[in-house]
Amino acid sequence: MVHDIWLMASKDLKVEFVSRVVASQIVPFGLLILILFGLGLSPDLVVVGDERRSVLEEVAPGLFWIAVLLSALMALGRAFAIEAEDGNLDALRMAGMDPMGVFLGKSLAVAAQLLVLEVILGLGAFVLFGVPLANPVLLVMTALFATVCITLAGTLYASLAAGSTSRDTLVPLLVLPVLAPVLLGATLATRDALFADPGVLGWSWALLLVVFALLYLGLGMLAFGPILEDA
Amino acid sequence: MTTTNSSPTAPKPSDDDPLAKPLAPAHTGSALTFRLGLAAAIFMGAMLVFGLVISGPEINQRDSARLLYIHLPSVAATYLGFLVTLVGSVIYLRTKSLFWDMLAGASAEIGVVFCAGLLFSGAVWGKPTWGVYWQWDPRLTSTAVMFVMYLGYLALRRMDLPPDVRSRRAAILGIASFANVIVVHYSVQWWRGLHQGRTLGVDTQIDGLMLFSLFLGLVAFVLTFAWLLVHRFRVAWLSHQVEELGLARALAERRAETDPTGRGRTP
Repeated sequence: MVHDIWLMASKDLKVEFVSRVVASQIVPFGLLILILFGLGLSPDLVVVGDERRSVLEEVAPGLFWIAVLLSALMALGRAFAIEAEDGNLDALRMAGMDPMGVFLGKSLAVAAQLLVLEVILGLGAFVLFGVPLANPVLLVMTALFATVCITLAGTLYASLAAGSTSRDTLVPLLVLPVLAPVLLGATLATRDALFADPGVLGWSWALLLVVFALLYLGLGMLAFGPILEDA
Repeated sequence: MTTTNSSPTAPKPSDDDPLAKPLAPAHTGSALTFRLGLAAAIFMGAMLVFGLVISGPEINQRDSARLLYIHLPSVAATYLGFLVTLVGSVIYLRTKSLFWDMLAGASAEIGVVFCAGLLFSGAVWGKPTWGVYWQWDPRLTSTAVMFVMYLGYLALRRMDLPPDVRSRRAAILGIASFANVIVVHYSVQWWRGLHQGRTLGVDTQIDGLMLFSLFLGLVAFVLTFAWLLVHRFRVAWLSHQVEELGLARALAERRAETDPTGRGRTP
């Protein structure tokens, strides 16, 4: 199975390396969202406790993760769009690929792309929103855990719509509600990592993300086989 | 083209004609749905009389507390709807029986309708009680997420994929989505929010008339749920038959084109 995971992930990353869809379309899309947030939310100052922050700085953790989620939707759609033609998913199955290998391999490829995206969007958020950074270790761990959650749940739920012509509109509707708790946990953990707010238990939220990742992994292991069976 | 006219003067189609199968009834009503609907209407009327006239206003919330008589029954009908979807999905995956797939889909649809009513009655109740229509309370938020999750389930059921593929994926989603129903139910115990805790329990302290009105509401909503479910299921069954009929007709037409005897051609 490890071999299949590697085959699948390297295949998807090779496709991306040649087509550059994530680099040339999805990353700019994420940056665009950050800029639009800046335009839509006025950068006025607000007083939080005894600190003065801009509105954008105050809500930056949430904005960052929403930008990541929206960009991730495109990356997930792309992960199955490249299999849509000529019954590729059937071909993978007939080639003897382990369904788990396909699921985890696809997740791994999306995770690698998302991590690159998060680094770029993170830098963008630091520059555009002017946030401080109190706890870099917590920030990195939160990003890792949240990425695992987004890719596992995202790959599983996006696969449900694979092959349908309404895929592009259906995937967001299926994936985003499942990721709502991840958005909450990642935002609060990131808040703590940036501002070291008293009262926000950043590490607890980060650990909750680990629990979610395990749940999604278990669900994916159970469900992906039957989903791929018919694709 | 073969005739589909079933009037007595029309020529009787032969037995092997796929279009000769008896057509499904033109409506979804039956003696069962009539009785269910009648019982639901009677209980609904009784709930209104007891809830609005006979039982008194609550001490703190005055008349707005009467919303309990529809709010909590909406919860029950929503849970019931999604539970039937869960059961139907599990049995469908085991047996591949179309009956359970259609039941799961019909039930989710009605569950979503009651869930919308639940959110609406909650918002209307929130305004006089909390001062706002909406609070970002764990139960409210998780209910809203549950609502859109099942809208996603219904959207998935409309995917343009082969019916068996679509049904299997819908069943998987119908099972996975139920996790959120559990989250909604226990949200008041897991997190301290604004929403009150469980209404009914072993240590319930509630006025007898209010409890009776609530009981009437519960029965009325569950009966309404069952009544709608039977109708919705039959609609699904009929539309499935129409699809099959369309396929049979298309097949008959193709056959007629190549049929040397000319049977089935337009006279």
